[in-house]
Amino acid sequence: MNSELQKEGKGKTLQKKASIKDVNKYAYYFLAPFFITYAIFNLYPTLYTIVLSFLDVSGFEIVGKFVGFQNFINLFNNNVFIQSVKNTAILWTVNFIPQITLAMILAYWFTNNRLKLKGQNLFKSLFYFPNIMTAASVAVIFYTLFSYPRGPINQILIGIGVLETPFDFFRNVFFTRGIVSFIQFWMWYGQTTLVLISGILSIDDSLYEAAIIDGATAWQSFTKITLPLIRPITLYVMITSLIGGLQMFDIPLLLTNGGPNGSVDTIMTYIYKQAFQGGRNISIASTASVVLLLITMLASLLVIIYFRRSSNTEKKE
Amino acid sequence: MTERQRLKSQRILIYVFFALLTFLSIAPFWVVLVNATRSTEQIQQGFSLLPGSSFIKNWQFLKGKGFNIFQGYGNSFIIAAGSTILSMYFSSLTAYAITVYDFRGKKFVNGLILFLIMMPPQVNIIGFYRFMGQLNLLNSYIPLIIPSIASASNVFFMQQYLETIYQPAYLDSARIDGAKELKIFHSIILPQMKPAIATMSLFAFVQSWNNFLMPLILINDRGKYTLPMLVQLLTTDTYRTEYGSMYLGLGLAIIPLIIVYLFLSREIVGGVTAGGIKG
Repeated sequence: MNSELQKEGKGKTLQKKASIKDVNKYAYYFLAPFFITYAIFNLYPTLYTIVLSFLDVSGFEIVGKFVGFQNFINLFNNNVFIQSVKNTAILWTVNFIPQITLAMILAYWFTNNRLKLKGQNLFKSLFYFPNIMTAASVAVIFYTLFSYPRGPINQILIGIGVLETPFDFFRNVFFTRGIVSFIQFWMWYGQTTLVLISGILSIDDSLYEAAIIDGATAWQSFTKITLPLIRPITLYVMITSLIGGLQMFDIPLLLTNGGPNGSVDTIMTYIYKQAFQGGRNISIASTASVVLLLITMLASLLVIIYFRRSSNTEKKE
Repeated sequence: MTERQRLKSQRILIYVFFALLTFLSIAPFWVVLVNATRSTEQIQQGFSLLPGSSFIKNWQFLKGKGFNIFQGYGNSFIIAAGSTILSMYFSSLTAYAITVYDFRGKKFVNGLILFLIMMPPQVNIIGFYRFMGQLNLLNSYIPLIIPSIASASNVFFMQQYLETIYQPAYLDSARIDGAKELKIFHSIILPQMKPAIATMSLFAFVQSWNNFLMPLILINDRGKYTLPMLVQLLTTDTYRTEYGSMYLGLGLAIIPLIIVYLFLSREIVGGVTAGGIKG
């Protein structure tokens, strides 16, 4: 029986080898559309942007003078750009820390066998809901909700006596940044929760059973088993959130156009404004794009190294 | 007994917290939809969670100012549908090529796809914009639709799905029957991938529907505006003082997604993690 199966297997591999030899070249034909499209609409524009960052061009000029690293020197001496990098970092951090914290707590509750929460699917869809909404619409909605002097938030706050006179949220740096970070947090915590839940559910049940036998509490199981084992997924969440966060654009642009005092101008709104508004400063916008590309790659790399290192030290312990 | 009581009170607290989050998810959109039916005066006078009767008046104001929502729906739909179809077909084809064949550079292509997923998508807009200008493709939907042929993350997802369902022997017997490779893809692989395509197309569609930056830099012609661009118009002086109409414009912009979500939330929520985060 066994040898018969093996024989059959051998016959098949021989047959396969014969037919596959001439068939494998099709891989290149079928890969071609992807890579040709990528080269035209992605690779070339990226290289073009990099080239532009070394030229002095403005507006609609086609040719420019080679200026070496002068654009980069100008950019790093540009306070508006430096401020936009800082803003992006602040807006991302203030959104991400509460986001991952809340998502962890929710994922812990959703997967906790002792709690046995009902209506899980309903709550998951409700928490995820803001994520599918158009960011542009969300920004304009929050702009109207917090508008001065008679937006719904002002009306409510005056109605319940928190405020005596209307407050102009979008003239205040702290509140404007807070609102941008809150929108980001509110749109993404549901998604992060779902990803963490799937990570927790993929952990082998027997580990928890062993822990219970050893007398571990639910909290101990969570901190000693769940958290270390979902480290790779946490890394994934952090990197994707970082890549997305560094590209933040729709919400700050449509909420206040970067104001007040450029406090929610991000790297992306800086690039957009430089290239497509006013002076059409193509060189500086391209240079900022290249810097954004480098920052993104560096940040992802640092996160990966950090997670590798901390998981190594844990193993040594 | 005490343990059970403790769990019970814990559960109640959690449900209260869930109710708060639910409120946060729904309230902003609810306020928009309610205010869309109220007059500007009513909105300025006070806050309400119940609809008013000025829907038609608000609608007429929007229409009078040339806010053509149906054109916006149509434009966004053409772009989203076009790019979704292309992305699904070519992502499946690319995944098929990588999974099924043994070719030189297979490992490299695999690694390349992963690398491309990590590439931030918006850093090349300057080069993209200028190149499209040189090709005379500004104000055209081509740069908004065609690039979705090369979506690395969709390829990655399709690859993962294909690996779980792909049976080499099945394809070989089709080959012996004389089927051509593209025919095998169309008649065997594509039908098998339907569940993956169904899930992924939801996300591809929504992503394109919500895209703001690309149409913003490429499209100037008012008649070609997509929905997010129309929403941006609402923040301009023509509309921002007419609160009722502004809310109505916003409401009309968000209602298609709300309806889609009412019917497909289960599939969407299930698909979020279907991308197989295995590593």
